This record gives sequence, C-alpha cells and structure tokens, in this order.
Amino acid sequence: MADNVDDDSLYRIKEGDYVVMKRGDIFKAVQIQTKKKVIFEKQWFFLDNAVGQLYSTTFELASGGILQPRKPKDTESSTDTKGAGTDNRNIVDDGKSQKLTRDDIETLKEQGLKGQEIIQQLVDNSSTFKDKTEYSQEKYIKKKKKKYENVVTILKPSCRILALMYHGREPGKICHLRYDTLAQMLTLANIHASSKVLVFETCAGLVLGSVMERMGGYGSVIQMFPGGGPVRAGVESFGFPAHFHDMLHEFPICHLNALLAGTLDTAAKDSSADLKESDLAAEEKPEAEGQGGPEEQSMETNIGDGSHDPKKEEEEKRREAKAQEKKVKQEEKRKKLAAAASLLEGRNADGLVIASRFDPCPVLMALLKFLSPSRPFVVYSQYKECLVECYTKLREQGGTVNLKLTDSWLRHYQVLPNRTHPVLLMSGGGGYLLSGTTVAVELSKPAGSRKDEEPAPKRQKVTETEG
Amino acid sequence: MSFVEYSDCIRDGDVAIVYLGHESMTPVKVKQGAQTQTRYGVIRHSTDLIGRRYGSKVTCSKGGWVYVLHPTPELWTVNLPHRTQILYTTDIATITMMLELKPGSVVCESGTGSGSLSHAILRTIAPTGHLHTVEFHQQRSEKVLEEFVEHRVDHLVTVRNQDVCKDGFGVSGVADAVFLDIPSPWEAIKHAKAAMKKHGGRVCSFSPCIEQVQKTCLALSDHGFEEINTLEVLLRVHDVRTISLPQPDFGPEPSAQIQPDSTVKPPQKHTSIAVKTTTPPREIPGHTGYLTFATKPRT
Repeated sequence: MADNVDDDSLYRIKEGDYVVMKRGDIFKAVQIQTKKKVIFEKQWFFLDNAVGQLYSTTFELASGGILQPRKPKDTESSTDTKGAGTDNRNIVDDGKSQKLTRDDIETLKEQGLKGQEIIQQLVDNSSTFKDKTEYSQEKYIKKKKKKYENVVTILKPSCRILALMYHGREPGKICHLRYDTLAQMLTLANIHASSKVLVFETCAGLVLGSVMERMGGYGSVIQMFPGGGPVRAGVESFGFPAHFHDMLHEFPICHLNALLAGTLDTAAKDSSADLKESDLAAEEKPEAEGQGGPEEQSMETNIGDGSHDPKKEEEEKRREAKAQEKKVKQEEKRKKLAAAASLLEGRNADGLVIASRFDPCPVLMALLKFLSPSRPFVVYSQYKECLVECYTKLREQGGTVNLKLTDSWLRHYQVLPNRTHPVLLMSGGGGYLLSGTTVAVELSKPAGSRKDEEPAPKRQKVTETEG
Repeated sequence: MSFVEYSDCIRDGDVAIVYLGHESMTPVKVKQGAQTQTRYGVIRHSTDLIGRRYGSKVTCSKGGWVYVLHPTPELWTVNLPHRTQILYTTDIATITMMLELKPGSVVCESGTGSGSLSHAILRTIAPTGHLHTVEFHQQRSEKVLEEFVEHRVDHLVTVRNQDVCKDGFGVSGVADAVFLDIPSPWEAIKHAKAAMKKHGGRVCSFSPCIEQVQKTCLALSDHGFEEINTLEVLLRVHDVRTISLPQPDFGPEPSAQIQPDSTVKPPQKHTSIAVKTTTPPREIPGHTGYLTFATKPRT
C-alpha cells in the first residue's frame, strides 16, 4: 500500500477551515469557528466537535446543538418492517392511518429518541404500513428518514460540491449557471496549470474559484472586475491554501479603455505616483457615495472644527493616521494594478472565461484582444440572444474560428432493481455557452471572407417546414 | 508544444491542428522537410509551419489558406484517429468535474481506447498528477503510448496492457479517482476500490446500456460506495442563421379604400422580414452513455 503512513492529519478538520455541510442533497458552505452557532436546514448547532475529526464524517445532532460523530454501525441498522402487501388496492388516504399525533412525535423527540427510533415508532403506529408494497415501504422510510434523521456530513469543498451547492441554494447569485455548464466551460477553455487565464464573472466567485482549482496554484489568473471591487465570496469557500492567492490578480474593467489606449499610468515613478494616487482617490469617490453621505460627513466635521480645540487635535491625529493608512492602501492598490496591467499588456493570455449578468458582447470584444492567437475562450449567458449577437459580431470581425453556440441537457436517473427510470423532475435549462478559438488577425484582408460557417440567408418557406 | 503546456511557435516534432474550414480540421505531425496535402494545396512544413506562430494563417500552394492551431485535448478529441468508440467533450467535461480532477490528482482509467479522455485527464492533472491507464488490446495500448510520447505527456502516464477485470490497475491505494469504460464495469469495481486511496475518492463508470448501469450500481453499493448517482448529459448545438420570413398579402387596408381619390397607392409587394435566430441541427447524438458516479468512503 502506498499510504501505509498514516497521514490522516491532511484530512482532519481544523479550526478556520472552510467546509461544506451536507444533508441529503442539501449543501451549505461555512467556516469552522468554535463557539459559533450555525444554522442549517432550520436547525442550529455548533461545529466545535467537528474539529479534529476526519473530513466526510457524518455527525448526529444531539440536544444543545452538539455534534457527535455517527458510529459506522448506525448506517446499517434497518427498520423492522414485518411483511408487505402486493399492491395498493386496500390503501385509502383518509388521514387516519398514522396514530401518532404531531404532539406525540414532539414528545418522542424531547425524550431524546434518535431519528431511527422515531421512524420505527411511526412504522409501528401506522395502520397501513404493513399493507404497503415493499417498494412503497422503502419509499416511506426514506421520506421519514429525511425528516427525522438529524445528521450532517462535513465535506472538504470542491468545485463539484460548490457548484452543486450554489445551483441548489442560490442559483440567482450565479446567473443560473448549472454545474454541468460550468464543467463544460472549464474544459472548453482548456483551463490547466501554468497558463494565464482571464476571468470576468458575476457568479459570486464560483467560476473564478473553479478556474483557480483547475490551475492548482500554477500560472496566473486575472480577474477582470466591474464596479468598485472584485466580488469573490465564493473563492473563500474553496478554502485554497495561501499560495493559491499568489496567482490571483485583479484588474478593474473601468481602466480597460485606458490600458488599451496605452494611457493607463501605473509606473512606480515617484513623480507620477502622486498623480496616480489622486487618480485612484477620484475613482474611489463613487464608492464612498454609495455607502451614503460624504456630505453629511463633511457637515459633521465642520461643526467639530469650530468649537472644541482638544477634540480637534485628536480628530486631526486620527485623520492623519487614517490618511497614512489610506496612502499605504492606495500604494498597495496601485502596485496590484500595475502588476495586473503588466500581465495584460503582453496580450498573450491563454484563456478567457466570461460568465456574468452584463451584456457579454462588449466584454468579449474588449477582452479577446488580450488573448494570444490559437487560444480558447468561452462565454456563458443565461440568455441565448446575447450570445447570438456575440457570434454575429465575431463572424463579422474575424479573428476567431470554431465558434459554437451550445447548451447542455442533463438528466439524472433513479437506478434500482426493476425500478430504473429518469428522475421525475429535471432542470429546464442550464444556460448557454459560446466557445471558440482565437487566430491571428490579418490587417489587410477582411477576415471571414470564406463563407463556410454560415450559409447565405435562405428564404425559408414557412408553409413547407412543418409537415 | 505539449498537450499540457502552450507554446507560441511551431517547432519541429510538434503536432499541429490544421484548420481548413468549419468543422474541418486535420492533425499534422510537423517535420522538417515534410509536406502535407490539403484541398487548398500543399503545406511545406519547413517554410510554412516551423517557426511560425500558432494561430497564424498559412497560404497553401493553390492560394487557399488555412489556420494552424495549437493542439488541445478538445481539438484532439475531434481529430484523433478512431481505433474505438470515443468519449466526446461534453461527457469528458462532466467526468472531469464530477471526479474532482485537478493538478496533482492520481487517476486510474480503463480502457484507454483511442485516448480521447486520457488526454483530457492528463491536461487537468499536470504537472504533478499521474494517470494509470489500462488497455487489454495490445496494439491499442502501444499506439496510444506512441501518441503520449508525440504529445509530450508520457512523463505523466503509465500505460498497462492487461485486463482490468482480471488483473486490476496494477497499483493499489494511490488513486484519487477511477474511470471505467469497459463492457462489464461491475467486474472491475473491486479493483477500482483497491486502486483508490485509503481516505477515499471518486469513481465513474460510463456505459451505453441501462442493464450495465443496473449491475454496476449494485456492485458499487455492495462494495460500500456512497453517493451513487447516474446521469446523462447531451450537447445541444444551436446553429446561428439569418432566416427570411415572407409575410402574406392581406389585401388593401380598409382605411385606404375610404379615400378613393388618394393619389399614392401603396405598392402591393410581397414583403419578408429577416430574423437572426438559431436552428437545431437536423440530427444530433441523442445518446452517448450513462455516467454513474460514486464516492468511495474512507476504509
């Protein structure tokens, strides 16, 4: 065996770890903090007891919100069923089959009965259970298990788990990007270690984090972000080791025009540094306004200025310290901007991934300029029409080949002996993708002169099409 | 050039993808002095390819032009010589994510087949991972190894010519993920389990028939695998088209008839409108295979 050496320490849950809690098909990302109440599936508990346990351990919820690792044997214990019917001809839904009332069940719970025991009670007190078919009994127990078994499994986060989680819990936050669509994006964009990838996303950081996971800390990722600052709560949830963040750069999309025009000033020269700072300060203003009331603030300070001298001094000191802090921060920000700009300036990125709520066309056109020739790109949109627009524009301007507009169809199956069939509900759509490969642009000839990708508009005879 | 790392320029010994037009590409082994015939004429490797930048437009002898692309596992999938039925990008992408592959992953695969999935796995697990791939057909295993060498990924892969159902993967306790694409995957589940790390990992089985899936799922649960989940994923292509819809003539409008002395009579012309839309291809692959995933718990 290759891992005789017990290196379990790698797989143990530590304080401060980002983990994902799981019950059935429900996931929730959380950070392990001792003495902190977490709420999951309408229940609150503490994760203190998870610390030191192995990842993928299933815990039982005891009273007082205490987690207890479930003994492996518990999974084996089955409910005693005592015979079964052949069909449902004698089963009438009169709402009287269960003799236990809601209050009875609550009492059982208070007595500290485990989920398994409560289910046994429910079965014993059901007048119709023994008449149900074996399959129906199985289904009944499964349903009750979901309701009464208070278990939670703690998992190590991964792209798969977080994509499933976001899609299940907060699809609006990730522009309804379905997990299989995200999978297609990572593959179509050929995301791999030691490359330079541009990411523009408004999917809470899920797409960015997934790209980072696939790069394993090798290479560089430049997050092109809109607005005041990059949003990447989702990246935190991946719980990457610290060195992963060294490959992450960010560039505000509001400086893109300047960068393209060559007028973006990021030089570290002392003389220009001041200029740059004021520039950045100006840029920060709208943010402050958004937070509400620079005018109010200035009014307050005016009052303060007039009356109390000692207070004024203190205020001054505080302000100075703040200014100093701000200066340091701005210097850091400038350096970061310069680093990202220099990565972009080579215009030799290896991949481009766009997944946002913004109109993708202008974003794609602007960012494609930063790719080397013969590199893949992929654009996600919840809506097909904006990708049709991108496609049309790209066909007009050339510089890309292998353009493909797709979406994927995903169906899950129930696989049981003699009862295999597709799951009754399926996702109606997982969003659309436009993918392609860049090629060198020739300035002389208008590209795309060979009309082989889209045949000339044909007059479609409406009357003939549908038979 | 390597399938796991980009280069800017084409070098002697590279494998390049020549793009001839929509959905028409061909892989070319670049060799000093060699020539490749295309429908647009000859490409001379020494002058037309070597030293040129990937993505360049190359003019062929008959005046037509092509683009020369850097190979990627996805381009390889649509260009590779078929020796078996292969896995396509849609399934590959799903498998890669659901198996949680990333740089450093150790993966076992059987059968190797034509190497379509193998290349995609290698791309994702490089530079620190390893692929153990098992193929029971001797010639196929030799051919695919040749390709791994040509594609400069051989340092990341071990090819074994054996029957996975009888002899397993040739490794034990090392794999983070196992992929099975064999006729009777249920016979290989115990070997999959043995190949995997003690602390657990992910497994996937690809089968075209539901009967295979039934048996595999039973074997998986018998061997203690958890989170068993079967799914099917299909690609839907949308071809962008500008179509023209004719509008019928409804005859003159009543308002026009009220004023018989109106001088300008609108010309009754058959009009049509142009619509930018997408159409589905006439036929698409409607079934590739069922993907069954499961998690091996810590043992």
